[in-house]
Amino acid sequence: MKQAEKEDYLQNYDLLKKRGKPFFPYAVLKDASMMLVVFVVVAVMAIVLGAEQGPKADPTTTTYVPRPEWYFFFLFEVLRVLKPPWLVPIATVGIPTVAIVLLLLLPFYDRNAERRPERRPIAMIAAVMSISAMAYLTFLGASAGTPTEIDQPAPPGTEAGLQVAAQSGCLACHKIGENGNDGPGPELTEIGDMLPRAAIARSLQVGPAIMPSYAELPPKKFDDLTAYLAALNGNE
Amino acid sequence: MPKLPVPAPLRRPSKPGEGGNGASSNGTEGGPGGGAMEQAKHGAAEGASGVAGWLDERSGATGFLTGMLFRKVPKGTNWFYTLGSATMFAFAIQAITGVFLAMYYTPSATQAYESITHLTNDVFLGEFVRGMHKWGASVMIILVFLHMGRTFFFGAYKYPRELNWVIGVVLLILTMVMGLTGYLLPFDQRSFWATVVANNITATGPVVGPYLADFLRAGPEFAATTISRFYAIHMLLVPGLIAALIGAHLYLVVKLGTTAPPWLKGEKPKSLRREEVG
Repeated sequence: MKQAEKEDYLQNYDLLKKRGKPFFPYAVLKDASMMLVVFVVVAVMAIVLGAEQGPKADPTTTTYVPRPEWYFFFLFEVLRVLKPPWLVPIATVGIPTVAIVLLLLLPFYDRNAERRPERRPIAMIAAVMSISAMAYLTFLGASAGTPTEIDQPAPPGTEAGLQVAAQSGCLACHKIGENGNDGPGPELTEIGDMLPRAAIARSLQVGPAIMPSYAELPPKKFDDLTAYLAALNGNE
Repeated sequence: MPKLPVPAPLRRPSKPGEGGNGASSNGTEGGPGGGAMEQAKHGAAEGASGVAGWLDERSGATGFLTGMLFRKVPKGTNWFYTLGSATMFAFAIQAITGVFLAMYYTPSATQAYESITHLTNDVFLGEFVRGMHKWGASVMIILVFLHMGRTFFFGAYKYPRELNWVIGVVLLILTMVMGLTGYLLPFDQRSFWATVVANNITATGPVVGPYLADFLRAGPEFAATTISRFYAIHMLLVPGLIAALIGAHLYLVVKLGTTAPPWLKGEKPKSLRREEVG
């Protein structure tokens, strides 16, 4: 921004300010009304929606599908879009970091003196695209299923493992046949063909990348689960 | 200037030597406006007396307060300009309900869940206060984004308010950190497993990621100290930072003045003179 543009702005602002009204009581009244609206909205939500308490946290089971709060969906869903393991750090750290830096430095690279939205086409297009992307990803996150049933026969002899897989919330991040969500984790439909049982067990214990570790499952359940996954070969 | 219902202490004049506090240091806003000057004259006759006068003589607060209250808000300011104070109010709701929740909450892996069951079921208005804290968080996030949207679309982040935009973005990040750290505290299945994933996400970061994840967990695994660590970050560290940055944000708003809608143009001094007389 050039010096002349700065002076121009300050002068114009000064004129507008001279014709303005004092903060008290005019702006204060508006602010207070808005605060009242906020209070009523929060209180009504608290009364109507309440504060439900789920079952107590239990590291030995994952009977709950891990989901973030809705306002983190747009970040979490990036993981579904960028699924390959080598892209995971880009989705988890790279993209949010770039977004934050772009946001922080906005006034320093947008040096256009124009303030009217209709005369800032690039800024407006960028903003509308960012907002649409965030809204779309939030919608994806909100509409992602949280199924705890696997509607597909287990390979013979591994029915118990199918139950464990369903209860443990695998489908929140993995797909088995037609069930579950496609990401952030890889599809498990043919995982038995791709990995030996020992490797599957190791993955469950370690929890690669962002996956939680299942090492705390009771040994019987853990064995059932690995047997089931190792038997998945895509043939039903 | 219409007659304003101002409490008597605020109509007092500035004491000698502190006129610069509120009024003239706000160079860009052109002083606190005619109202304050009028009142200064008025107050000179009254003299300093009583508690307000005593306080003012030692703090110089009225000069600052009159400067802040009677600073002019530019023409054309509309309802979009209430989003910032609404966000601050949402933070106040979170702070106040949070204090009451902290009175009953036990930050330990064995008792956290039970303390919340007790709070929800037995304590008078417990569920209501917890509900306000839970939903207040969502409302605050929405308000932060709306406030940021208004600032962006109206070009209010441009000269001379670049620094306030930066502070605002840091406040947005801190608000998200509040959501993340607070999510674990109810210690039910949902909050526990979501936090495990969030921590694993942190660990994928380059170089510092694994260390940061270990720091948040207070060790390589989720353990008894994890929850108190999240609790300390959630109710001491981050709220302190947020409160301090809101202070800086507001200081700059008062100093630089709220923006006017970008499509308004200031009029020529001739019409201005007419306005001031009438």
